[in-house]
Amino acid sequence: MTFLLDPPATSVAVCPVDDLVDDRGVCALVSDRHVAVFRLSGTRELVAVDNVDPFSGASVLSRGLVGSTRRDGAWVTYVASPLRKQRFDLRTGVCLDDPNVALDLFEVTVDHGMVMVQEV
Amino acid sequence: MSSATANKLRVVVIGNGMVGHRLLTTLADLGAMDSLDVTVLGEETRPAYDRVALSSVFDGKNPAGLSMVEDGFFERHGIVCHLGDPVTSIDRTKRTVTSVGGLVINYDRLVLATGSAPFVPPMEGSDGPGCFVYRTLDDLDAIARAAADPAVQRGTVIGGGLLGLEAANALRNLGLETDVVEFAPRLMPVQLDDGGGRALRRHIEALGVGVHLERRTLSVESDGARPMALTFDGHDPLATDLVVFSAGIRPRDQLARDAGLEVGERGGVLTDATLLTSDPAVYAIGECAAVDGRTYGLVAPGYQMARVVASRLAAAATGTECEDVFEASDMSTKLKLLGVAVASVGDVNPPPGVDPGVRHPLIWDDPSTGVYQRLDVDDEGRVVAAVLVGDATQYGEILATFRSGEAVPAPGELLRPTATANPAEGISPSMPVCSCENVAAGAVLDAVATGCSTVGEIKTCTAAGTGCGGCLPVVEQVLRFGLEARGETVSSALCAHFDHSRAELFEIIRIRGLRSFAEVLAEHGTERSAATIAGAGCEICKPAVASILASLGGGHILEGDQASLQDTNDHFLANLQKDGTYSVVPRIPGGEITPEKLMVIGQVAIDFGLYTKITGGQRIDLFGARVEQLPLIWRRLVDAGFESGHAYGKSLRTVKSCVGETWCRYGVADSTAMAILLEERYRGLRAPHKIKLAVSGCARECAEAQSKDVGVIATERGWNLWVGGNGGMRPRHAELLAEDLDDETLVRYIDRFLMYYVRTADRLQRTASWVESLDGGLDHVKAVVIADSLGVADALEEMMEAHVATYECEWKATIDDPQRAARFVSFVNAPDEPDPTIVFVRERDQIRPARPDERPSPDPMEVMS
Ligand code: SRM
Ligand SMILES: Cc1cc2nc3c(=O)[nH]c(=O)nc-3n(C[C@H](O)[C@H](O)[C@H](O)COP(=O)(O)OP(=O)(O)OC[C@H]3O[C@@H](n4cnc5c(N)ncnc54)[C@H](O)[C@@H]3O)c2cc1C
Ligand code: SF4
Ligand code: FES
Repeated sequence: MTFLLDPPATSVAVCPVDDLVDDRGVCALVSDRHVAVFRLSGTRELVAVDNVDPFSGASVLSRGLVGSTRRDGAWVTYVASPLRKQRFDLRTGVCLDDPNVALDLFEVTVDHGMVMVQEV
Repeated sequence: MSSATANKLRVVVIGNGMVGHRLLTTLADLGAMDSLDVTVLGEETRPAYDRVALSSVFDGKNPAGLSMVEDGFFERHGIVCHLGDPVTSIDRTKRTVTSVGGLVINYDRLVLATGSAPFVPPMEGSDGPGCFVYRTLDDLDAIARAAADPAVQRGTVIGGGLLGLEAANALRNLGLETDVVEFAPRLMPVQLDDGGGRALRRHIEALGVGVHLERRTLSVESDGARPMALTFDGHDPLATDLVVFSAGIRPRDQLARDAGLEVGERGGVLTDATLLTSDPAVYAIGECAAVDGRTYGLVAPGYQMARVVASRLAAAATGTECEDVFEASDMSTKLKLLGVAVASVGDVNPPPGVDPGVRHPLIWDDPSTGVYQRLDVDDEGRVVAAVLVGDATQYGEILATFRSGEAVPAPGELLRPTATANPAEGISPSMPVCSCENVAAGAVLDAVATGCSTVGEIKTCTAAGTGCGGCLPVVEQVLRFGLEARGETVSSALCAHFDHSRAELFEIIRIRGLRSFAEVLAEHGTERSAATIAGAGCEICKPAVASILASLGGGHILEGDQASLQDTNDHFLANLQKDGTYSVVPRIPGGEITPEKLMVIGQVAIDFGLYTKITGGQRIDLFGARVEQLPLIWRRLVDAGFESGHAYGKSLRTVKSCVGETWCRYGVADSTAMAILLEERYRGLRAPHKIKLAVSGCARECAEAQSKDVGVIATERGWNLWVGGNGGMRPRHAELLAEDLDDETLVRYIDRFLMYYVRTADRLQRTASWVESLDGGLDHVKAVVIADSLGVADALEEMMEAHVATYECEWKATIDDPQRAARFVSFVNAPDEPDPTIVFVRERDQIRPARPDERPSPDPMEVMS
């Protein structure tokens, strides 16, 4: 995670970082994209992915449960869709249950206590 | 008959009982049906059913559940089946059988599978009203109807053998004061010795059944309508209102006798080891057969006979040879009733004329626990016979040793194994596991090797455990052994983050007083370093721990780190629908609602544009609410006096009711009031899975209580309590836990039952499969709930009281707290913006989610606001 003093002008403010509950997402409107933002427990890093579940078309991934699983000896952190439970790696966007599907990633930073997501 | 069938071998089977039917299924399994033309005639009107489990209908099992015939079995295999039409004669020269209904059927091969009939000792009055035998579903039906007469209070069973004791238990279950009368000086005279009989008698008497030994019954005195008393040789008469004869069985060999077939010295159709009678076109199998002169009153040898004859018929149809013969089996048995463990191996009482040989009995007799065990070994140290009363856990082990014929160095160890002995060690493949289905340990291990890993799968693959079920604990032991051999630890671990089962975690959290997921993970997670893993936990352990914390009274379910553990349904206190909207289900206790409240629901639905539907649970579901509308909708509902219906939670759903005595002309109690009482008591209780209850006002059962986790049915004398039912994917009928309870006892038993379930069940395990999974099943639950066998009843009741005392409506608490309410937005950075991906179209005057082809981007057809 990087703290930028001068965020790019194209960033959109989401909410105060202290409003986030670890491992529970929020959804932000960034231009016309729906972005799911999470702060992870343990490392406390911020991650942001597309909020629209590619399997159902519903805008719901911020409401999924965050979890971790061991893959090739390392822990992978994911969000499970609340609809049909497909899991997406929060750091790569790739679906763990179907590697042909991936979510768009968004750049997320903190500026003066505000969570910022960069437009794409 | 069409010409295509003309050259098929014509087989007629007389009797569609357990063994006769096994013959048919084995023929089908062998693929022989295509080359046979099979006709079955049965005397009973029902197709074959599980006679061994007959008594379970008195425990509340539906008779239909005993059927052994799969739907469409006869049709699928082209079997012609005439039920309720007994055969009256056999013409061996013409090779025909004739039935009561006048059918005359030709055979090339005839199979007698007529079973046996209960023996009623000749005495005065034994054929009068109120005298019964115990063999068929019709017999049980007649007994139940007679016992339902309030004038019938006392029942007596004549005969203290295996079946007699089973019948006595049935009478006890029917609410009768029960006595057993036995001619011999001990109970189960054939299988037990005097010491075993004494121990068993104590157990039976402790159940409230009177035992009268050494009594020869002379007559049944009757008042013309029903029995009044039994009279004996040299003893006082015994008052009784109902009599069941269970004084042994006699093979049904009359047809064979009339047809001139040879019969055994002590009855039964005489056959050799190939099961052929004195006529080479006629076989006899099951209890009616006397193989080399010996009859068998158990189902396992009958099944073995069926297999031999099936292979022989299949071979005859294809013109091949078959060498299969019946091998005499021993009559070791384990009694499966009354909650008393009784087993016998070999012959403790060798029949007269048989040389008992050298026997050294080893006896363990402990009156304080009611355990009596005797093991007879010969000079070489081989097991010759055994009797186990009060504790039969060693039955499988002893039986295996007995059958192997090998000497045991320290026979005492067989009775009282030292604590360190590993029961699974060195399971021999020939060790018998299931005597009903004749399955040895080897077959179970083979099934494990080919991929079975649960008791359910073992049942399907090997049939072990599908008969009386008495062997299930052994099946499980062998399964574990096999899995371990396969290199799999038999894991009850919840998931990758916890090695514990849900029940273990529950106890850990309860005893250690843990309050958050982080604490539980840090102290008991698989990786103690979990705190440094991003997002440690998963969608399995998080909601499971959240549910445990909630069951233990952890406060509001969105408090502290619990908020991040809840499934979306629990997080937004509503059910997520396919398009990202939510449904709203207010609680309507017992399904009772005032017109005023109905109008509130209607007005809310109109104002927020919601789809409304009456649910299967007697309440109203409002669909299509966007997340930011939820607090607004609930404000209106809470203000009108509604509460959360917990449709989103693994918790109490509904208590269905019927109108009951208040309006219904048949009702015998106020079922609606009881349903409301129960719903208000258990609302909000978090559990391993959802819980549903129902209360019916009479036996007509309009509330379908017998399909619920807890079902309550009013009787003239109180409430009957049923547990472990469910609908859904695998519907299961509930089982009767207790009868005729008063209100207070009913509630106490339900408290105990539900809390015991909450504490010990697996995650996402409904009560039905939980009861099934318990060692001892319903009997175990009865022992805990009614007899408090674990001494936890008080603790369970206290936990429930604590739940009742601290209940609050989650929705009220949420909307009353601005911080909790703040989370209900589609977009954190644009709280007033509705989610534009949610699009509805109208259908039958209401909204529904648009299908993909109906979503016209860029401008939606109708965005509800
Ligand atoms: C609304 C309703 C259907 C209806 O329109 O009538 C319904 C709707 C759902 N049922 Fe149901 N069930 C409804 C009555 C039933 C019944 C009938 C009953 O309760 O008398 C059953 C069979 C009885 C039983 O549970 O034993 C039933 C057996 C299930 C099952 C299978 C449970 C099982 O153990 O096999 C599921 C799946 C599950 O829970 O895992 C399920 C799951 C669901 C879910 C939660 C599916 C889901 O995850 O989204 C549906 C959510 C609807 C919602 O958003 O509110 N529903 N469901 C009924 C709500 C009743 C209520 O007022 O709360
Ligand atoms: C209450 C009870 C508990 C039991 N518990 C156990 C146990 O725990 N373990 C165990 O191993 N065994 C047990 N048994 C015994 C077991 O049920 C029998 O061994 C088994 O049913 C024998 O099967 P069968 O097919 O030979 O006879 P049955 O199952 O009796 O079938 C014979 C059928 O033939 C029909 N029939 C007779 N005559 C004619 C005719 N002329 N024409 C047409 N049909 C005819 C009969 O009506 C009957 O339906 C129990 C029995 C009872 C009654
Ligand atoms: S039956 Fe299936 S589709 Fe219908 S409400 Fe229940 S879960 Fe939904
Ligand atoms: S011993 Fe009866 S089912 Fe296995």
